[in-house]
Amino acid sequence: MTTANQPVPPRFAYPGALSFASGVAALAFIIWSFQSSGMSLAQFERGLPALARVFGQMFPPDISDLPRILKSLLTTFQMAVAGVVLGLVLSLPIAILAAEGLSPHPVLRHAARALIALFRTVPDLVWALIFVITVGLGSPAGILTIMVDTIGFAGRFFASAMEETDKGPREALTAIGARPFGIVFSAVLPDAFPSFIATSLFCLEKAVRASVVLGLVGAGGIGVELKVAFDLFEYDVAATIIILIFLLVLCVEQTGAWLRRRIL
Amino acid sequence: MLIASPNMDDCAGSPRAVSVSGLRKRFGSGPAVFDGLDFSANHREAVAVIGANGTGKSTLMRSLVRLTEVEDGQIDVLGEMVRTLSGSRLRRLRSRVGFVFQKHNLVLRLSALSNVIHGAQARHSGPQAWAQWCAPASLREEAMHCLSKVGLADRAAQRVDSLSGGQSQRVAIARMLMQRPELVIADEPVASLDPKAGAEVMELLFKLTREAGLTLLFVSHHMEHAQTYADRIVGLGNGKVMMDVPSRNAQVHELKDFFLEPAAA
Repeated sequence: MTTANQPVPPRFAYPGALSFASGVAALAFIIWSFQSSGMSLAQFERGLPALARVFGQMFPPDISDLPRILKSLLTTFQMAVAGVVLGLVLSLPIAILAAEGLSPHPVLRHAARALIALFRTVPDLVWALIFVITVGLGSPAGILTIMVDTIGFAGRFFASAMEETDKGPREALTAIGARPFGIVFSAVLPDAFPSFIATSLFCLEKAVRASVVLGLVGAGGIGVELKVAFDLFEYDVAATIIILIFLLVLCVEQTGAWLRRRIL
Repeated sequence: MLIASPNMDDCAGSPRAVSVSGLRKRFGSGPAVFDGLDFSANHREAVAVIGANGTGKSTLMRSLVRLTEVEDGQIDVLGEMVRTLSGSRLRRLRSRVGFVFQKHNLVLRLSALSNVIHGAQARHSGPQAWAQWCAPASLREEAMHCLSKVGLADRAAQRVDSLSGGQSQRVAIARMLMQRPELVIADEPVASLDPKAGAEVMELLFKLTREAGLTLLFVSHHMEHAQTYADRIVGLGNGKVMMDVPSRNAQVHELKDFFLEPAAA
């Protein structure tokens, strides 16, 4: 056998000087990050009794104001649904413009990609603050925030899903003289449909979680109730709100998982 | 090199459906795929294109509708100079040419009926030809008629990913019929099928194009198919047409020898 004369390759290759230096630098930065944050075990030890006190005051949860909290939770969910639907509807044309091989012009593709990148990279809390300033406190600011956040998330994934579709049907329709719009709607979208559904459901789950936090900056929903409860040290009311948020998110995730199994 | 005059009896006086001259093509820095290739096909003629892998059979077929660009030469298809066409004029030419691919290239998640209706996009640009549910009754009926011609009317509602390879290729042929083409190009239409399904598909393709009086160009590695279904057999090698003979004069063993030594055939 010719392989008998060949040495067995080493399990791990020795890193080059640059790789080694990069590794050491990364490790040093991680250690420095921990030191800079001022984290210490003593601090945790001091915090534990306070944590136990807060948890102690949370239970039993106060359900005396349950109808009002449930109504606020429903508003939060509706805000998430409205924002996601608006975001998904707008994501599709933007994603088509951003998709390689589907976009009518490179300039449009770069512009669409830049817009998606902008929406994705700026955190949703920043968008919420911007919309609270521009449209005022309340649900509309939350809906707009979720919409922008959804475009940033779904736009990117929709574009990737369309780029990854089978090129064969697209080529077959190109070969018979079909128009680009026809090719997108009859070959690309049906092929990318399962991916669209999965992304849309993730968007809804993400939006429900985000909509809770958005309330903290005045963008409507149950986040406002949670903030007020903490500000007034009503930890038992806060516990009720947290449990209901947990149940809502769990419910949305389970429904999403069930729908994914059923549709895909 | 074996070149014979093609049989022009059936189409005397009519212009050629396909006429290619001086074609040159090279992929990157590799050897020339076409080095001044000349090729033609008459109206209503069935031409088999054979040759070893890498001799440019598929490239030739694709260049006829400009799915692949060539570097030099003239390509005349159905009276149009393909290389000078652009935009809507290229789309109009493509709409007159049916293309059957090796891997059928259907939308797997859609029904056979929707895929056949897609063929109407050669004539209709709106949503009416995007899927079966938004197609008008006339297109739906025409698509069902095309499916019945390939023996799959009873599978119209079935998703393509649940059909066999042979059935899928028959749906692709139905889509091609829906297009109402004047010229049909089939690039190794049975390469991914077993011998029985391959023979059935080839028989069907030949029968339908012959019935409709269409020109058929097909690429094949099956010498029996080339001999049975083509009027003329064209062999490619060394960037040129190395063999052009009426199929009635060709023997299967001679054709197989062409793959071994194209220059000596």
